[in-house]
Amino acid sequence: MPIQYYIILSLTLFCIGIVGVLTRRNAIIVFMCIELMLNAVNLLLVAFSKMHHGAAYLTDKTTTVGADAQLFVFFIMVVAAAEVSVGLAIIVMLHRNTHSVDVNFLNRLKN
Amino acid sequence: MGVTQILFWFLSALAVISALMVLFSKSPVHSVLWLIVVFFAISGHYILLNAQFLAIVNIIVYAGAIMVLFLFVIMLMNLGKEGEKQNNFWVRFAGVVAGGSLLIELVSLVKQADEIHSKAVLMKEGNIGLIEVLGKVLFKNYVVPFEISSVLFLSAMVGAIVIGKKE
Repeated sequence: MPIQYYIILSLTLFCIGIVGVLTRRNAIIVFMCIELMLNAVNLLLVAFSKMHHGAAYLTDKTTTVGADAQLFVFFIMVVAAAEVSVGLAIIVMLHRNTHSVDVNFLNRLKN
Repeated sequence: MGVTQILFWFLSALAVISALMVLFSKSPVHSVLWLIVVFFAISGHYILLNAQFLAIVNIIVYAGAIMVLFLFVIMLMNLGKEGEKQNNFWVRFAGVVAGGSLLIELVSLVKQADEIHSKAVLMKEGNIGLIEVLGKVLFKNYVVPFEISSVLFLSAMVGAIVIGKKE
């Protein structure tokens, strides 16, 4: 598969996530769109790692070029899991204080 | 068109359509379920790229743990009943225009880039996605980041409990 297909697929998913963040008001759906953007980036990293691996694979069948990128994806997943736990705790606290998860209520720092 | 190509297009279409359904669903529970479909499609892409470890981790961590956490929070707050208030039309319109123009610009940039024109992705072959290779690299070259991420997990755990508990 040409690398462009993977890049365009990842860009599409990323931009869908951006549109979700910009248009929705429910804090949980905004958060889910951020997860979608993280996953688009993960997919792109894996595709690039396989692109570099494919170039090196032609000469040496046992090469491990590109394994670093897949470990980066692993670390992104680790950080995303930690981020989700804290973020959902913040949303639960928001709901306890304002009885809503509407992000437009979060304007107390405006004035 | 081989099996790989057919699977690629099927999984891509599934991912994009489900991602759009995440946006358009009225109920947050439906959004979570569509997002799980997106994660399964992306895991399918990983398997197609022979990144088996990441495919399994993606299903376990994202589709399993994180999405269950989301569902728990939604059920805890009983969000399904009252409808979400919509932004007014022009705010939504501006959001769609902003995201769409970013997509168009980046896609045209990809089409112009000469370096990647003849590059292809190695499908189905290559052994870097296997857990043996990744484990060796992880515990030889990336031990320190691995240990630091365990500290990050501990602090995230403490932070979530401190934020989430009642006064």
